[in-house]
Amino acid sequence: MSPLDLLVAAPLAFMVAALVLGQGGRWLILAAGPVMLGLSAWLLALPPDAAHLVGNWDLPLGILLRADGVARLLVPATCVCFVAVALYAWPEFSPKAGRETARAHTFWPMLYLMWGGSNAGYLTTDLFNLYVTIEMVSLAAVALAAMGSLAAGLQYFMIALVGSLAYLLGVALLAGHYDTVDATLLAVRARPDLPTVLALAVMTAGLLVKAALFPLHGWLPPAHAAAPAPASALLSAIVVKLGFVIILRLWFEAFAEVVRPAAIHLLGGMGALAVIYGSIQAIRQERLKPLVAYSTVAQLGYLFLAFPLIWNARIPGEPWAAVLVHAVAHMLAKAAMFLAAGLMLKAVAGDRISDLGGLARAMPLSVTAFALAAISLMGLPPSGGFTAKFLLLHAAIEQGQVIYAGVLVIGGLLGAAYLFRPLSVAFGASAAPVVRAEGALRVAAPLTLAALAIALGFAGMTLIELSSIGAPPAIALPLAEEPGP
Amino acid sequence: MSLPAALGHLFPLTGAALVGLGLFGFIILRHPLRQLLAVNVIAAGIFLILGGLGRGEDVTDPYPQALVITGIVVSVALTALGAAMITRLAEDRCAPAPTPEPPGDRDA
Amino acid sequence: MMAGAPLFLILLPLIPAIISFSLPERLAVWRNAVNLLFALVKVGIVADLLRQVRGGVDLEWRYTFLPGHDFLLRVDTLALLFVSLSVFLWLITTVYAIAYFGRGPNLSRFFGFFNLCVLSATGVALSGTAITFFLFYELLTLATWPLVVHNGDEKSLRAGRIYLAYTLAGSAAFLVGILWLKTLVGSVEFTAPPDLSAVPPLTLTLIFVLCVGGLGVKAALVPLHAWLPAAMAAPAPVSALLHAVAVVKAGAFGIVRMIYDVYGIGTVAELGLGTPLAALASVTILYGSLRAVMQADIKKRLAYSTVSQVSYILLGASLIGPFAVIGGLVHLVHQGIMKITLFMCAGALSNRLGIKAVADLDGAGRLMPVTMGAFTIGALGMIGVPPVAGFISKWYLGIGGLQSGAPWVVAVMAGSSLLNAAYFLPMLYRAWLLPPPERAGFRELGTSRDRMLILPAVVTAAAALAAGVFASSAVSPLTWAKLIAERGYLE
Repeated sequence: MSPLDLLVAAPLAFMVAALVLGQGGRWLILAAGPVMLGLSAWLLALPPDAAHLVGNWDLPLGILLRADGVARLLVPATCVCFVAVALYAWPEFSPKAGRETARAHTFWPMLYLMWGGSNAGYLTTDLFNLYVTIEMVSLAAVALAAMGSLAAGLQYFMIALVGSLAYLLGVALLAGHYDTVDATLLAVRARPDLPTVLALAVMTAGLLVKAALFPLHGWLPPAHAAAPAPASALLSAIVVKLGFVIILRLWFEAFAEVVRPAAIHLLGGMGALAVIYGSIQAIRQERLKPLVAYSTVAQLGYLFLAFPLIWNARIPGEPWAAVLVHAVAHMLAKAAMFLAAGLMLKAVAGDRISDLGGLARAMPLSVTAFALAAISLMGLPPSGGFTAKFLLLHAAIEQGQVIYAGVLVIGGLLGAAYLFRPLSVAFGASAAPVVRAEGALRVAAPLTLAALAIALGFAGMTLIELSSIGAPPAIALPLAEEPGP
Repeated sequence: MSLPAALGHLFPLTGAALVGLGLFGFIILRHPLRQLLAVNVIAAGIFLILGGLGRGEDVTDPYPQALVITGIVVSVALTALGAAMITRLAEDRCAPAPTPEPPGDRDA
Repeated sequence: MMAGAPLFLILLPLIPAIISFSLPERLAVWRNAVNLLFALVKVGIVADLLRQVRGGVDLEWRYTFLPGHDFLLRVDTLALLFVSLSVFLWLITTVYAIAYFGRGPNLSRFFGFFNLCVLSATGVALSGTAITFFLFYELLTLATWPLVVHNGDEKSLRAGRIYLAYTLAGSAAFLVGILWLKTLVGSVEFTAPPDLSAVPPLTLTLIFVLCVGGLGVKAALVPLHAWLPAAMAAPAPVSALLHAVAVVKAGAFGIVRMIYDVYGIGTVAELGLGTPLAALASVTILYGSLRAVMQADIKKRLAYSTVSQVSYILLGASLIGPFAVIGGLVHLVHQGIMKITLFMCAGALSNRLGIKAVADLDGAGRLMPVTMGAFTIGALGMIGVPPVAGFISKWYLGIGGLQSGAPWVVAVMAGSSLLNAAYFLPMLYRAWLLPPPERAGFRELGTSRDRMLILPAVVTAAAALAAGVFASSAVSPLTWAKLIAERGYLE
C-alpha cells in the first residue's frame, strides 16, 4: 500500500459513497477531511525518490505514480482547498437549506470526482492516464459550472471537450511514434522530429484551453463568475492548475530536448499578455465575481510568463520553485477570495462592487480574508504570492529580460488597482448594512485559506526544498547559496 | 506498395480527414447539438489514427487498442453529459418563466 | 541582551494590534490601556538599547528567507535614531489619538492598524539589508492605507487611492533597483557596503535613480509629492503620524541608507549624484514653502510645509560633508517633534473650536492659550528661530553647505526661512493679536479629555525647545547624530 494510489483511490471511493448516500453525502467530509489530510502528510514524509507502479505492471505498459516536488506542493494545497471549500459548502448544499435537492445530490460526488482526478493528475507520469484525469476533472467542473448558469456551463463543456481531444490527438501521435506515453520514458527517447513537434503542439494547444491562457480564456470568466461560490472557488483554484501542471511536465520533463527558445518565448509572451489583459479587464468590471474571475485570467498568465525565465536561468531551481509557489499561493488565495466574496455578496444581496459599502465594519472577518487573499494575489509582502513574484523578478532581472520584468512589476500594480477597489468600497463609511451572522465554519474557511497563503511567505526555504525533489534533470541543479558572482 | 502497407496509411489519413471535418463543423456550427456531433466526429478521427498507427505488418499492437477503448468510454460518458445539458437548456428555454441571462462579462 | 532583541522589538506591537482588533468598541477603556501600556514598554526597551549601543554593543538577527536573500535585523546608531523618534512620538500620538477620537466607530480597527504601523516603522529602522528594508517599507504602505481612509467618506477614499498609486509604484521602482543591484554585486547589506567598482557608472546611476526615485515618493520629493497634501483627508492623529514619523521619514531614512550604506559617499561623489539630488531637494524645499504660503487651509499649509521640511534631511544627506550629514540627521528628529506638535495643535483647534482655515484663527490664542503656545514654539522652530530645535538643524546644514563647497545652500536656507516666516507669522499674528469671536463659557482645559488632548502637544513643544536649548548635552538628538557621523560616515 502506498499513499500514492490511496490519494487517487480514496476520493473515488468517497465519490461512490456520496452517490450511494445521496442527501447524506455531505457527512462524508468528516471522514474524507482527516483521511486526505493524513495522506497528504504521508506524501510529504515519503523518501525523495518515492514512486509506485499501479498494480505492479512495469513500464511502458504500467502506470507510474510519483511523489515529485510538483506533487508534494500541489497535492496538499489541493487537499486543504477541498476541505475548506467542503466545510464552507456544507450548509449551502444540504437538503435542509430549502434549495432544490438535486444540487445537494450532485455537488458532493462531483467534489470527490474532481479531487481524485486532480490528485491523479499531479501524481501520474502517463500521458494517456493524464487524458483520463483531465476528463474526470472537466466532467466535474462542467457539472459545477452548470449549477450557476447552464449556458456558460455548456460553452465551457464544448471548449473543454475540444481541448481534451486535441490533447488526445497528441497522445495518439506519440503512442504510434514511440510505443510509449510515459513522460519519464519519453524524456529519454524523444527526438525533435516532425511527429513529436506536432504532437507537442496540439497537446499544448489543448491544455492551454483548459488552463485558460489568453487568448484561449474566453470561457473562464462567465463560467467562474456565474457558479455558486464554492464551485467558483474550485474552478478557479484547482481546475485550471491541472492543465498548467501537465504543460509544465511536457515542456520541462518529457520534451525538454525538443522545445526550442522561440516556442518558449511564445508561451511566455502569451503569459505576459494574459497578465496585462486580465488585469485591465478586471479593472473594468462593475461586479465583484467577474472581477475575481478576470483576476484568475491575469494570475494564470504569471505561470506561463515564468517558462522562459526557467528556461534561461543560470539556477533554474529558483524560478521553477517560484512558479510552483505561485500556483500554490494562487490556489489558496483565489479559493479564499471566492469564498469570502460569496459571503460578502450574500450579505448585501447584490452583486456590484458598489454594493459592498460599509462591509468592513459589518463583517470584518470576511473582509479580512478577502484583504489577505488580495495581498497574496498582488504579490505584496509577506505572502506566498510575494515570494513567487520576488523570485521571478529576480530571475528576470538577472537574465536581462526587461519585458518580463516590466510585466511582473506592472502586473502587480494593476493587481493592486483592481483588488483595492472592492476593499476601498468596503472600508467606506456609508452606514454599515445589517448582516445576518453566518456560521463559524463558513467564516473560518476563507480566513484559514487566506492566512495560509500569507503564511507561505514565511516558508520560502522549505517550499524551495520541496519543489526541488525529483525535479526534471534540466531543473535539478544544486541550489547555490549566493547567486552573486 | 503492398496492400497492407497502404492500409497502414489509410487509417491514420482517414482519421486525420475526420478530425479536420469535425473541427470545421465545430467552428462553423452554432447549435450545441450539432457542435456535440462535430466533436464526436473529431473523436472518431482520433481513435482511427490511434488504432491505425498500432497496426503492424503481422501482429497488431494491443496497446493503442486498449487506449482507444478507454477513450471511447470517456467519450461516450461526456457525450451523454453534453446531451443531457443541451436537453435541460432546451427545457429551460421552453419553460414559461425564462431563466435569467447568464451573468457573463461586460464585453462578452 | 540576547541577539533576538531586534526581532522582539519589532514584533512587540503585534500583541496590542491583535488585542485591539479583537476587542469590541464597548471595551474601549481596556483597549486604550493596553495600547498605552505597550507604548510605554517599548519606550523602556528602546531606552535600554540606546544605552547599550552607545556602549558599543552590536545586536544582529539573521534568517535566510530565500536562497541568497537574508532577512537581517541590526541595531546600529542610525537605526536607533529613527527607532527612538518613532517610539517616543508613538507614545505621544497614542495619548493624543485616545483623546481626539473619544468614542467613535471603527476605533478598534484604527488602533489595530496603528500598531501594525509601529511594527513596520520599527522594522524599516532596524533593517540590515535593502531587501529587508523593502519588506517593511511595503508593509508600512499596507498598514497606513486603512488609517488614511479611516473617515470612509469620498474624500478619504480618494486620498487612499492616490496614496496607494504613488507609494506602490514607488516601492516597485525601488524593488527593481535593489534587485538589479543585487544581481550585479551579490549583496545589498548595509553593514558591508558592496564593491561597486566593477559596475558601469551608467548602470549605477540608473539604479540610483530608480531607488531614490522610489523612496522619494514617500519622502515627498517634488514632483512625487502630490499624495501627501491629498492624504490630509485623514484624521489629525494620522496626519501627525504620516508627516512626522512613519511614512515620509521612512522614505528619507531609506535615501540616507542608500547614499551612506549601500553606495557609500565615495561612490556617490564619484558618480556626481550628490549635487543633482541636493539641487532637487533644494527645489522641493522652496517649492513646498511657496505652495504652503498659498494654502488657506491649516492642515494643507502644514502638509506643504512637510514637503519642504523633509527635504532638509535629503539636502543634508546629499551634500556629503560632516556638518551637512549631522544637520540632516538631526533634522530627522527635530522636524518630527516640531511637525507633530503643529499637527496635534491643528487637530485640537479643529476638534474644539472647529477651526480649519487660516482665516478662522482670529483670537485663537486667547481662547486656547496653551494650544497656541505649543503651536507657536513649533512654528518658530520651523522658521529656525533660536533656541528652538529647528535652528540647530539649519545652522549645521548651512555650515555643511559652505564646507562642501556649495555656498548656494545658504541662500536656499535663507529663502526657505523667509518663506517659512511668511506662512507661519500671519497665523501667529491672527491667533494672538486679533480679537476672538464671541465664545461664551469656552474653557480650554475643561474636562480631563480636553487636558489629554492638549498635553501631548505641550510635551512635544517642550521637547522641541529642549532639543535646541540643551543641544550640547549628552542625551540630545544632536549628540546622537554626531555619534552616528563619527561611527559611520567620517572615516
